[in-house]
Amino acid sequence: MSNPKVQAVAAPAPVAVPTISVASLLPWLLFAALLALVALYFVSAEQGATSVFSGTGVHEWVHDARHLLGFPCH
Amino acid sequence: MLNARTFLVRGLLAGLVAGIVAFGVAYVVGEPSVNAAIAIEGSGSDAGHTHADEPAAGHQAEHTHGDEAEVPRSLQSTLGLLTGTVVAGTVLGGLMGVLGALALGRLGGLTPRQSTLAVTALAFVGIYLVPSLAYPPNPPAVGHPDTIGYRTALYFTLMAISLIAMVTAVLVGRRLASRIGGWHAFLVCGLGYVVVCAVAIGVMPTYDEVPESFPATVLFEFRRASLITQIALWGTLGVVLAEFVGRLTRTAIPGRDRIPAPVS
Repeated sequence: MSNPKVQAVAAPAPVAVPTISVASLLPWLLFAALLALVALYFVSAEQGATSVFSGTGVHEWVHDARHLLGFPCH
Repeated sequence: MLNARTFLVRGLLAGLVAGIVAFGVAYVVGEPSVNAAIAIEGSGSDAGHTHADEPAAGHQAEHTHGDEAEVPRSLQSTLGLLTGTVVAGTVLGGLMGVLGALALGRLGGLTPRQSTLAVTALAFVGIYLVPSLAYPPNPPAVGHPDTIGYRTALYFTLMAISLIAMVTAVLVGRRLASRIGGWHAFLVCGLGYVVVCAVAIGVMPTYDEVPESFPATVLFEFRRASLITQIALWGTLGVVLAEFVGRLTRTAIPGRDRIPAPVS
């Protein structure tokens, strides 16, 4: 808002940034957090520290990503 | 439209882009050291660490990287790596999108783009940087398979402590800002976060499972590549999401972030 033209147009203070009500965001936040938890579990820990599915297929498929993203792999 | 759905969708999209960029960076920067580590593992020249002689570790005993592996290396380093970075990027992006919506107009005088960048930067520090300082990423051939549960628990415990401290710092900082100003609130809460994490790292157990014969250069190159990959992931996510949020709020509030046409 340091542009001089802004002041030339009208004197009013900069428009306040709108907010979105916390109540409307909370369910979405919960959903996004759960989605991230479940998906990151499969990338980071499945068939490593714990296993939902037996075998090593999931582990091996995401093996390089698990290492390079910094999770303990094996 | 400024609502949760639009922010979630844009977050997922930004995360998808970030995951693809992170794959490219990880493939170019990271794969050489991963392959070097696997070659060391396969040659058996490391200090006794092989997967085959650890039958107690259950399925991990069968875990191999060579041609006999269930998923060949050629897939692990391409489609497998892409899957991992894209899945991680997309879900983290979705979370950042909603958190960006929450931060909109609630982080002092920051503009929509600035608050979005701030949220992703804080998440990068809280989720990756701090845990990795205590428990740095390790390449294949480093780490005993029978301690994987213990090491994973330590890593995620520290991540949880870091995240709780970060959320607390932001919430306290917002309250403090009205009394001592945004800058000093940032300094106080930033220091608080650093102290809490430093104490946690100091108190929590450490481990060193790098075989004596493992080359230090490969270890360094791998850890540097991991850091660069994470910076690529979070950096792309933050910048793309900030651009999206900037466009969203510009159309939602005409006049914001836009140079008005000159009026005579």
